[in-house]
Amino acid sequence: MSGPGSPRRQPRPWTVPFRRLAQANVAVVTGLSVVSALVLGAVLIVVTTPSVLHALGRIGTHPGRALGLTGASVGDAYLAMFSGAIVSPSALGHVLSSGHGWVTLFTPLSETLVAATPLVLAGLGVAIGFSTGVFNIGAQGQLIAGALAALYVGFEVKLPIGIHVPLVLLAGAAGGAAAGFVPGILKARTGAHEVITTIMFNYVMLNLLDYLLSVSPFQQPGQSNAISRTMPATARLPHLFGSGLRVNAGLLVALAFVAGATWFTRRSTLGFSFRVIGLNPNAGKTAGIDARRVTVLVLMLSGALAGLAGTASLAGTDFFLSSGYGGNIGFDAITVALLGRNRPVGVLFAGLLFAALDVGGRNMQAVTGIPLDLASVIQALIVMFVATPVLVREIFRLRGSAAASLQLSTGGWGG
Amino acid sequence: MSMTGVVAPDGLVAAAAERVAPSGRVRGMGVFLVLLAFVAVLGFVSSVSSRAHATFLLSAPPAVGVSPLTMSVRWTAGALAVLCAALGVLLVLRREQRGAYLIFGVGFATFLWAFLVWAARGAQLNFVQMLVTTLISTTPLVFGSLSGVMCERSGVINIAIEGQFLAGAFLGAMVGSVTGDLWLGMLAGAVAGGLFGWLLAFLALRYAVDQIIVGVVIVAFCTGLTNFLTEQVLTPDQTTLNSPQTFAPIAIPLLDKIPILGPVLFDENVFVYLAAILLVVVNFGLFRTRWGLRVRAVGEHPRAAETVGIHVLSVRYRNVVLGGVIAGIGGASFTIGSVGEFSSEMTAGLGYVALAAMIFGRWKPFGALGASLLFGFSVSLQSFLAVLNVGIPSPFLAMAPYVITIAVVSGLVGRVRPPAADGAPYSRE
Repeated sequence: MSGPGSPRRQPRPWTVPFRRLAQANVAVVTGLSVVSALVLGAVLIVVTTPSVLHALGRIGTHPGRALGLTGASVGDAYLAMFSGAIVSPSALGHVLSSGHGWVTLFTPLSETLVAATPLVLAGLGVAIGFSTGVFNIGAQGQLIAGALAALYVGFEVKLPIGIHVPLVLLAGAAGGAAAGFVPGILKARTGAHEVITTIMFNYVMLNLLDYLLSVSPFQQPGQSNAISRTMPATARLPHLFGSGLRVNAGLLVALAFVAGATWFTRRSTLGFSFRVIGLNPNAGKTAGIDARRVTVLVLMLSGALAGLAGTASLAGTDFFLSSGYGGNIGFDAITVALLGRNRPVGVLFAGLLFAALDVGGRNMQAVTGIPLDLASVIQALIVMFVATPVLVREIFRLRGSAAASLQLSTGGWGG
Repeated sequence: MSMTGVVAPDGLVAAAAERVAPSGRVRGMGVFLVLLAFVAVLGFVSSVSSRAHATFLLSAPPAVGVSPLTMSVRWTAGALAVLCAALGVLLVLRREQRGAYLIFGVGFATFLWAFLVWAARGAQLNFVQMLVTTLISTTPLVFGSLSGVMCERSGVINIAIEGQFLAGAFLGAMVGSVTGDLWLGMLAGAVAGGLFGWLLAFLALRYAVDQIIVGVVIVAFCTGLTNFLTEQVLTPDQTTLNSPQTFAPIAIPLLDKIPILGPVLFDENVFVYLAAILLVVVNFGLFRTRWGLRVRAVGEHPRAAETVGIHVLSVRYRNVVLGGVIAGIGGASFTIGSVGEFSSEMTAGLGYVALAAMIFGRWKPFGALGASLLFGFSVSLQSFLAVLNVGIPSPFLAMAPYVITIAVVSGLVGRVRPPAADGAPYSRE
């Protein structure tokens, strides 16, 4: 934009906010990415719904019906998604007219926060790895390791709630850190690439979980299925807003770690050495930073956060483990970290957005029958657009040249 | 934070480290073999009664029959353990890198053989069938790792193999089912893979998006999309849309009559033969032709390649799309090559395993084949041991391929050197 001394006419003051908005900054690019992804998602709904396709085929003779059906199928789907994730208009109406039904009103929001908690925690872990040049694909396995350790401390130790819960969280973090330590030390000692080892460890942990779920002490006594014992009441994360809403103290843990990670990367010495190694390993080595030690520490820290993610959902909402625990959280954590641009607060918002899409997707499937996998398609598209700010700028004809500097980066295979 | 200035020096350091033969590693491999021999003696020799026998079935039609091999567990395992220990001692004394991997491989094979003899005690093990299963599990990995080699030799990281697998498997099944023509199905799989190869190239080369990010996103997108379409499109009309035939095995006349190897290598479906042909073609192309020299130049030092008149970006575009095509064919092998229908996330992470095989094989087609065979064999081993009921819980058998990969990657391979410009965006100015 024109500077203070420039001869060009100053823009009228009231237009400044709009002009700023039209420039490519993070919020605008992200917002437009979400819009683009939703539009493509809508296209996907239309082309896979036979009745809509059929109506569109006769758009020449019955244009109103064709457009109406298209709008309805897309509108219903996204409305269901919105009311499942944020607030349902009918529940709002009920509360406004009768003054009751607050729990129903806040259930969608509470579910979104519950789903966001592990995504944010695991996403923070992956982000710390990315910004240090360590590509941790093993969040899934580390999450399982953390959950197993937390569960063990949960049912094996008898303590009052005030001490038990922190101890369970600590055990979860330690379990995840231990699972991160192995690929870390292998990389530091032998040079084995963490992309390979962390992926392989996911499968090792999935199988180990299957084994432990079928033997003592983890298996639920008297069960022949692969189901674990349950978390005792003293080891469960307390609810934040009464027992009707599942949102629990795990959310506070996640928020605390967002704040902690911000402090850590910006202010602490260790965080600084992580950043240096991430930006330029050779400069770091020259400055006397032990790159191997950093690699091990980063993978442990990353694993600890993934372990906490598993612990938060175990001690917050699930209370027992089953085969394949954690589902896609470990992999979604990677996309959440990318969408959040490896910054803690960014990861928080990215986690909330992904959780809202997931939770909303479930409601969409229940209401309209459209598979909830649409949510993961939309998530992937969002990250694809966010990672390509120049493309977004071209599509929406944004001004400003800042887009290129918004480009994301991981750092390649490295060495 | 571009890696342009960073990768090259690191790569050079690694290359130098590779030349200085790590005699410690060779000695370590030797010691490991001796330890394995002890394990074999304790586990497979002294724990078994002297009368226990194991039978390996060595024939399958149409090959000329080979009579089953019956062995005394004690004597066979004992002899193999001694051999394994001897090879270990040889490695410790030799301390030279040349041939060390071969000796280690033979030693490890003797241990495996001893283990198999022990596992099959008092029972029969169909050895030929085991090799067939190995080959079948290896085939998609060969396609996947060749796809990786094609992309990364030209300097583009393809972490999206898993996604291209899924796309190829899905479209291959659907087109094969609707048209009833399996070749069209294979073509559709190739097109689907090529499309996502093109997307990777488009975003990574035109917009210089971080290649690992594009790759991860493509995997996420393909997973979500195929899950969505399976549920929304295939499931309602399974018989029309998701019931393709599968390619029948083609016996190669005469060669299929060779004992043991005949039924393993020369009575397979078209995907296995195609993988073998591609392996040879890609290897020859990369290391023996002008095209290959150019590709490698672009992958190692794009600026130098540009100055001698090679168009860096078009070389990369072409290779990444071709890599996608190869991975897409590999994907189609999951559906029209074996199972005969598409199911959600059926590739089960094998795209990543193929990526690992490529790295483990040091970005060389035959290296990747070796890694893929190792993985395929452990998959086969696991399924046969589950049948033999050796008393190892099945989850531990199932994790064996992954543990072996980790052990091999960290114990034998160590620091590997990718093509110097791998993953670095390129622009002319």
